[in-house]
Amino acid sequence: MNALIDRRALIKASAALIVTFALDPRVGRAAATKGKPVGLDTVDSFLAIAADGTVTVYSGKVDLGTGVRTALTQIVAEELDVPFANITLIQGDTDLTPDQGVTYGSLSIQNGGVQLRQAAATARRALLQIAAAQLKVSPDTLTIDSGFVIGPDQKRLALQSLIGQQGLSMPMDKAAPLKNPDNFKVVGRTVQRLDIPGKVTGRFTFMQDFKLPGMYHGRVIRPAAMGAKLISVDETSIADIPGIIKVVRQEDFLGVVAKTEWAAIRAMRQLAVTWSEWRGLPAAIELWQHVRQTKIVKDDVTSNVGSSAAALAAAPQRLQATYNFAIHTHGSIGPSCAVAQFDGDRLTCWSASQATHNLRKQLAAMLSLKDEQVRCIYIDGAGCYGRNAHEDAAADAALLARAVGAPVRVQWMREDEHGWDPKGPPTLLDMRAGIDAKGRISAWESELFIPDGVAGFVALVGADHAGLDSLGKLSPGGVIQGLAIPYTIDNVKTVAHRLVSTPFKPSWIRSPGRMQNSFANEAFFDEIAAHLGKDPLDARLEYLSDARGKEVLERLAVLSGWRTRPKPSTGASKSVGWGLAYTKYELVRTYVGVVCEAEVDRKSGEIAVRRFFVAHDCGQIINPDGVRNQIEGNVVQTVSRVMKEELKFSQSKVTSVNWASYPILQFPDIPQVVIDLIDRPHEIPWGAGEPTAALVPAAISNAVFNAIGVRLRSVPFTPPKVRAAIAHPGAV
Amino acid sequence: MPAIQLNVNGADVIADVDDAAMPLLYFLRNEMGLHGPRFGCGLGQCGACTVHLDGAAVRSCVYPIGNVRGQIVTLEGLGTPEKLHPLQRAFIDEQAVQCGYCINGMIMQAAAFLKRTPKPTEAQVREELRPNLCRCGTHIRIVRAVMRAAQSPGAAV
Repeated sequence: MNALIDRRALIKASAALIVTFALDPRVGRAAATKGKPVGLDTVDSFLAIAADGTVTVYSGKVDLGTGVRTALTQIVAEELDVPFANITLIQGDTDLTPDQGVTYGSLSIQNGGVQLRQAAATARRALLQIAAAQLKVSPDTLTIDSGFVIGPDQKRLALQSLIGQQGLSMPMDKAAPLKNPDNFKVVGRTVQRLDIPGKVTGRFTFMQDFKLPGMYHGRVIRPAAMGAKLISVDETSIADIPGIIKVVRQEDFLGVVAKTEWAAIRAMRQLAVTWSEWRGLPAAIELWQHVRQTKIVKDDVTSNVGSSAAALAAAPQRLQATYNFAIHTHGSIGPSCAVAQFDGDRLTCWSASQATHNLRKQLAAMLSLKDEQVRCIYIDGAGCYGRNAHEDAAADAALLARAVGAPVRVQWMREDEHGWDPKGPPTLLDMRAGIDAKGRISAWESELFIPDGVAGFVALVGADHAGLDSLGKLSPGGVIQGLAIPYTIDNVKTVAHRLVSTPFKPSWIRSPGRMQNSFANEAFFDEIAAHLGKDPLDARLEYLSDARGKEVLERLAVLSGWRTRPKPSTGASKSVGWGLAYTKYELVRTYVGVVCEAEVDRKSGEIAVRRFFVAHDCGQIINPDGVRNQIEGNVVQTVSRVMKEELKFSQSKVTSVNWASYPILQFPDIPQVVIDLIDRPHEIPWGAGEPTAALVPAAISNAVFNAIGVRLRSVPFTPPKVRAAIAHPGAV
Repeated sequence: MPAIQLNVNGADVIADVDDAAMPLLYFLRNEMGLHGPRFGCGLGQCGACTVHLDGAAVRSCVYPIGNVRGQIVTLEGLGTPEKLHPLQRAFIDEQAVQCGYCINGMIMQAAAFLKRTPKPTEAQVREELRPNLCRCGTHIRIVRAVMRAAQSPGAAV
């Protein structure tokens, strides 16, 4: 839309809607899909070169606000040697993009980007071979520059001129040669993000901005208690609100559809509804007993070396501690939103889902359709850090669109988002270590209490309430990752007790499990080092055999000035401490070391997290500033989670349903973040969206210990907990 | 159906609304197609919906349209892709965006602030932006962008 809209443009709101629609390129995109391949085994699933030389990239991985759209574009620009500006990226459209897996786990570059690179490399080789045949020269004598094959006599052939009728229809070839990173011009350089100009001028189309002609607005009235049943609805209670299209009820699913968004919101607030009583949640104060007493369905042993039980029994010194990590909400700043259109045979759903291909299956199941009858299209929403409620908003929109036979937009209200998004589950860890007569760590044991399940389908809220199957299972994410440790100890056993249930429907939030497990591992390792009187850095280096990991720690030491850091003051009311933490993410990828500098007020119990130093090795870096932006976000967001966040609930429902009752970190409390990026252009590119986050809780806890000599083992680190830890060291 | 006279981004507008209590945000977004201001909480707690009313930053998600007296400016009216406001320029230069959903509020809040306080300290910027929430953790860059804009000519315009 234009910045300045004159009155004529506003005579009819509906006219404005249609103008918006007609101008939206997504609509054109939604029309032409026939025959577009989407399999992972063919190049034209990923890439197309048009007659004008523009390149379209079809990415199953989506940009959740991380800037990965730009990085993926860089990868293709580099490998195909086409101008960056000539590339358009289409993301997360089940009719157009290959299913490259859910956009989670810090895998968009590592998996999605590597596939795109391979597609581009396959295309590159084929185009060079075609050009070589035309020019009657060997392909070795040819290069590609800015979308042209350059021949021996500087003859230039446009890439699009080399493509015949079959386009890029060719099998993906893992053996297609990749460009030597020494010759990279685009990858490894900072490129300004493609989406930022539109976002700072109000021109970017977020999911929340998307409109269709004749679209209505829906809102859903959720049960007054989590498990409450709908007893009665009095539709006359909203008779005075103009523009109500329908009150939609299906078992305990209750929605309103209206001509305008405000009418839908008013109706949602005003509709007289009677719900049954329900009190099925544990008392918040007994949460950890509840977790400990929940039935275990199986044990996952994530590492088992030597005989930890025997070594522990034989150890002259033993340490043990229990760690816990509160239930968290995702808390996207923009509540979840979706638009659905159902024509009786085919459902089209626009959403900001991180998993459009999975959402398609879930919506199809919910509406008893075949997968092929459902199309899900991604549009960027507010930042998404895991499986939040976008899928649930999509289900709501689909149910309402089917009920009224017209396109319906649903945006959740703030209380819906905080109240009904799936939660990061409560996590409890028991840690034990044995020290032998020589002062070496001879045994390490951990027991994790965490819900059963993987990163599967999370049931859709609307489907649950409507009594429909959405393929949902207990799905907390890959939460047993990060329980095994990166250190070489002779006797180790790490066990995850998988629980039959957890109070709130779980899902994954940024660094799921890895964050909680790394908190316990890295803080407990610090406890052992302190017990042995060893420097936390030296102790880690002593038990680390991985050269790349050691290099990260050494560079961290230099970056932070660790070895010359100031000693904490002992007497003053405020004391500054330094804490360190390390990970090799999931033991197989990105290496990170962090140092936290925090000031603790002994009297008030307040912690000021002042600075984080981060040494980061994610292999080949695509966009250095993009990686820095992600690392900063990892730190700041996790400082918020660790210092402030904890779901509040009664025995009936979530009670922390807005930013007043679920506060997050604000500007005055934001730490400085100092980063050392280690670029390894010849290595595999790994992710940067999660690993740093995993270290933040332990680093803060360790800094607090260094400052005032008490251990914080329960996230969040609120002032009352700090004061209690000071009053009763060892009890918290 | 009250007809309400507004001035948005310099243009006079008649808003025909069912309910004068409707927050201004819904009119701007749904009737005028101005998507700079965004719905974040509907409670005035996060700042994503911020617009200027006679130069002051207000939360349009809780501001009844019937109470609006004065000139409204949205992010679209602050600057355009062709003629960026110094803050928009600075946010691009600092790459001070992750998802960008909160950025409207950051820029609008900072623009009103810089008019009152053309040469702020970093601590003043942080304090001013305290009520604006960002979930991605872009704060460091946002503060840097505001400081950069404050040092550029024309920021207080």
